[in-house]
Amino acid sequence: MDVFSDVFVAPFQYGFMVRALIVSLLVGLMCPMLGAYVVTKGLGFMGDALSHAVLPGMVAAFLIGANPFLGAIPMGIAVALLSGYLIKRAGVSADTSVGILFAGLFALGVVMLSFTRGLRVSLEDILLGQVLGVTTRDVLVTAAMAGAVLAVLFLLHKEFVFASFDPAGASVIGLPTQGLDYLLLALLAVVIVLAIQAVGIVLVLAMLITPAATSFLLVRNFPKAMFTGALLGVISAVAGLYLSYHYNLPSGPSMALFATVIFAVVVAVKKAR
Amino acid sequence: MTAAGDANSFANANSSAAAIKSSESGDSSAAEPALLVEDLVVDRGEVQVLNAVTFSARRGRILGVIGPNGAGKSTLFNTLTGLLPARAGRVLINGKSIQDSRGSVAFVPQRQNINWDLPMTVWDMVMLGRTRRIGWFRRPGRTDREAVEDALNQVWMWDRRSSLISELSGGQQQRIFVARALAQGVDVLILDEAFRGVDFTSQEVMTLVLQEMRDAGKTILLASHNISYIRKLTDECLCLNRSVVACGPTTEVLVPEVMEELYRSVDIYRAYASEQS
Repeated sequence: MDVFSDVFVAPFQYGFMVRALIVSLLVGLMCPMLGAYVVTKGLGFMGDALSHAVLPGMVAAFLIGANPFLGAIPMGIAVALLSGYLIKRAGVSADTSVGILFAGLFALGVVMLSFTRGLRVSLEDILLGQVLGVTTRDVLVTAAMAGAVLAVLFLLHKEFVFASFDPAGASVIGLPTQGLDYLLLALLAVVIVLAIQAVGIVLVLAMLITPAATSFLLVRNFPKAMFTGALLGVISAVAGLYLSYHYNLPSGPSMALFATVIFAVVVAVKKAR
Repeated sequence: MTAAGDANSFANANSSAAAIKSSESGDSSAAEPALLVEDLVVDRGEVQVLNAVTFSARRGRILGVIGPNGAGKSTLFNTLTGLLPARAGRVLINGKSIQDSRGSVAFVPQRQNINWDLPMTVWDMVMLGRTRRIGWFRRPGRTDREAVEDALNQVWMWDRRSSLISELSGGQQQRIFVARALAQGVDVLILDEAFRGVDFTSQEVMTLVLQEMRDAGKTILLASHNISYIRKLTDECLCLNRSVVACGPTTEVLVPEVMEELYRSVDIYRAYASEQS
């Protein structure tokens, strides 16, 4: 009993660990739910690029002393919609134009960061996540946004699935497939911004696609894959947090690594059979 | 010729049955065509693909659409389903514009337009056809489940309801697309090369289902390169090569003169001629 409480309960005598746990749980839950679409629609590059592109918004918010969410979430949504438009318009060279836009925005963000001297912001925390530093307000914003994202995913589930599986068929029966695509990108932007707290810009992809990809190896039904992915995401996030506490490891990379190990084990077991 | 003659009398018997049905329903709308296309002009990029296409399709009829590759069959279907805009002309479906008749038209596309990476069971796929009837933010109810069950039984795929659609054969996948249209409860069904590379059972099942739909007063448009299917299955035939070459009862249209003008290709014409003998 003592070992159990030392390992699992003791960390949460600290307020910062409780806040970190809540944010990690929410990120672990949301990322794979949306990740199921990211994986099946081939939006991985988009997700990675989007996470880099919100940096100027975050830094701008820091500079004026506002909550970084206030900069990052609108910026993320704006960039997601713009790139959705670029993909639809540019066609063949979509990867290139989206890549140029996002790399440029990331560079702008890093340059802007050099103006934040004297503020308590580190590039490392932004790149790799620092969930141990989240404030109560961050927890509240994350919970509210997570609730909104999950509500939209739940309410529009059959429409999103139809438009993702058979876009032409969905258009024919009159679903606004373009609108649904843009909405999905906007949700993606929100989830990415929230996940940056936990795993940072560089590792968002690990939470977004790794548990979702693992779940598609385990179950063969889209809704079940969403829930299985969410379960794996939550396990990875919480396990990463414990590893980080007990072995003094960086929390974001621990979560990402745990998710990757689960993926590798599942692949190995499937191959071995 | 006798086989073709039998098929024709069969088709005629069916269409007169359908005529009785539609006159029984007794509404004035029975007189107007289910699908009316007038002077339709459609461009793809800079290229004008369809030029002044005019034809109509009545209720309770299967209309074949034939023509050489690049004749604009897929372009026509994409326009009728609202996926491509028309530059000029008009399309009326049951007297309404394409925009206003969404939900009453279903499209069985060529298969490359589907995202096969998304795991989808047969049951869920057919349930997609109910999306509009269920409505925004709602879950399927009992009526929807019954409609899906009926549709799956009609295409003989009830036993495979839990299978992933990506695991089925091409012919079975086509049957599921048709089942989705059945569950949707459409007035007009459009099939693009739905019989290409399809196994024998699926062919037979789809033929039966299309004939049942026709007899129930639906309008079916069917593009195929296979002239013998067109002859067997359709009541009327549209011969398309950028513009309308001929349109009318299948027996009157599928004659050497029209075929020759339509294809102007010795090989295909030879295939047609050998089928005649």
